[in-house]
Amino acid sequence: MSQFLLRLEHLSCTRDGRSLFGDLDLTLSQGECLELRGPNGSGKSTLLRAIAGLYPDIQGTISTSDCLYWGHRLGLNGLLTAEENLRWYQTLQPGTVDLAAALARVGMRGYERVPCHRMSAGQQRRIALARLLVCDSTLWLLDEPFTALDSQGQEMARQLIFEHVQRDGAVVCATHQPLALEGARLMDLAAGQNPGPASPEAIMALEKEVAKKEAEDHGVHER
Amino acid sequence: MTLKEFWHRLGSPRWFYQISGPFGWVFGSLAMALLVIGTYWGLAVAPPDYQQGNSFRIIYVHVPSAILAQSAYMLMGAAGLVLLVWRMKLADMVLAATVPFGMSMTALALFTGAVWGKPTWGAWWVWDARTTSMLVLLFLYIGLYALRQAVPRQEAAGRACAVLAVVGVVNIPIIKYSVDWWLTLHQGATFKLTESPSMPPEMWLPLLVNVLGFYCFFGANLVGRLRLEILRREHGTAWVQELMAGGRT
Amino acid sequence: MNGGLATAKPGTLFIAQLRRELTSTLRSLAEALNPLVFLFLAITLFALGAGGDPETLGAYAPAIIWVLVLLANQLSLEAMFRRDFEDGTLEQLLLLARPLFIPILAKVCAQWCVTGLAMTLLSPIAAMMLYLPLDALGVTMLTLLTGSPAITLIGAVGAALTVGLRRGGVLLALLVLPLFVPTLIFGAGAIMQAVAGMGTSAQIYWLMAISMLSLTIGPFAVQAALRISLEQ
Repeated sequence: MSQFLLRLEHLSCTRDGRSLFGDLDLTLSQGECLELRGPNGSGKSTLLRAIAGLYPDIQGTISTSDCLYWGHRLGLNGLLTAEENLRWYQTLQPGTVDLAAALARVGMRGYERVPCHRMSAGQQRRIALARLLVCDSTLWLLDEPFTALDSQGQEMARQLIFEHVQRDGAVVCATHQPLALEGARLMDLAAGQNPGPASPEAIMALEKEVAKKEAEDHGVHER
Repeated sequence: MTLKEFWHRLGSPRWFYQISGPFGWVFGSLAMALLVIGTYWGLAVAPPDYQQGNSFRIIYVHVPSAILAQSAYMLMGAAGLVLLVWRMKLADMVLAATVPFGMSMTALALFTGAVWGKPTWGAWWVWDARTTSMLVLLFLYIGLYALRQAVPRQEAAGRACAVLAVVGVVNIPIIKYSVDWWLTLHQGATFKLTESPSMPPEMWLPLLVNVLGFYCFFGANLVGRLRLEILRREHGTAWVQELMAGGRT
Repeated sequence: MNGGLATAKPGTLFIAQLRRELTSTLRSLAEALNPLVFLFLAITLFALGAGGDPETLGAYAPAIIWVLVLLANQLSLEAMFRRDFEDGTLEQLLLLARPLFIPILAKVCAQWCVTGLAMTLLSPIAAMMLYLPLDALGVTMLTLLTGSPAITLIGAVGAALTVGLRRGGVLLALLVLPLFVPTLIFGAGAIMQAVAGMGTSAQIYWLMAISMLSLTIGPFAVQAALRISLEQ
């Protein structure tokens, strides 16, 4: 019998007078992954922040287990080294994974002593991903984790999410790019739907859409 | 209705709107009556001061405005606390509605103080304990106003002002004491502004009437602004739409 | 809401945060020392404005030192939470640290080291530049030492309220300078008393009392203010 890690009941939220989402009901259990979709401004980030506890102006109830929130901002102090940043996170949120192993896993082996401002945006993103490994937390709330990552990095991030779900964790991920995770549930905030399981056809259709958009952008660039 | 029920009911702006209508009228009429009586009494009927002649009569505006300025800040501190602890929407509105009033009262007190000062002591402005405290109070009000304007989200702005108001209220006694000590130390007791004990009843009775009148004016103003603020913030709800369409709530 | 995953013990949390703050400050030392440079630059301006006259400067030295200390503090307060706000570590701290007031206290402590403590240690130079009589120097340092925690703490509340706002610096000044009035009065007052050869214990006790009060209420006000600033 799997424990629920996140439960939303009749959750609604208004922001600046606009109603962002209304009457959301959701239960997420161990080993489940939820993909949040929706155009910019549809409330994905607000929902994640509300679940994390940063946004208080909501109606309804949210019950979560311990969670780890990674928002738009990196959460790394540029002046400090990767090691110093990750150690600080470990003090706040203890974990079992060794620092060096975590860095190796995200492809940043040997960068312990490098100050974060000397790294590229993508490299800093990887260090932030390492934080997910270094701190033990059952529920991950990720807001567009694939930003600034190259295709290798994105694949690595997908792997991390997959492994976390396998280990009986849960992930709520807001993303513009499809997660392409088997069994991931989809919630589209713009459509105001309550989440259901994502069919493979739906995923393929979405991927086609994204590919088409990318081709268009690429075409524009070439001109 | 018990106190607890009353407190709980206050959490609904709609309920407050429904019951506050008559209060506005009551306060308004009382204010009008008291101020007319008090002003006429003070300006025309009360005897002139043996030292200051007729120029002392400005106190009938100066003292009430000073008292109101300070009371308004106390109210804001209390409202801020209620907002932070009980998250009552009405407290946020009280805070928002009181700032302009308090600011005006402080400015009025400073202005009338200067008007009083010129004929009496020959200077428009002196760094006396009371004038300085009043000036610092004005800055505190301005700070609250500026903070509310600066924070983009309404709920966050309300809470930020609540924190500032509570911190301000805690500081005010300290500020008053320190300014009082510092400035009387340097200037001695030259400008003794205490009126009540040394004034005969013919002088302080109209003052009392005016003070009450000002308080009623504050009450009327506050109720009016609160009702307006309720309508403004709840304009999306059904009951306000009905009201706007001409129905009754 | 975040089910109580135990974080480190309070002492460890404090030391870890303090070490982080001081390391960060050391690596951007020039930036951190700017307010101190401002202090002495402003003293120079005063000296020039008064024509370098020893009597004028000596008479106003207590006021000049204290007011400029307040203004220099003001400059560094704006940056107190800003870097952490912008790089996202502030919201992580808010979410993860239990209890929150411990890292906040560590931040305030680090801020104080770079401003209040530094200014106290440099005050003999300022005193010399303004012709403050030497026998009042001890009292000067004592007032700065006992008054600066209050300034940093009250200032931290203002900084926390304005951290998310654009051009928050000027607003910050408007918010906290009136609240500094008592500290200014007792600080400058004590130095003036010392110059006149009178007892200063009352003012020093007042400064300590204000600092204690700020220490008690400050971190929680900062906490509330940070939560408000981080709701976006």
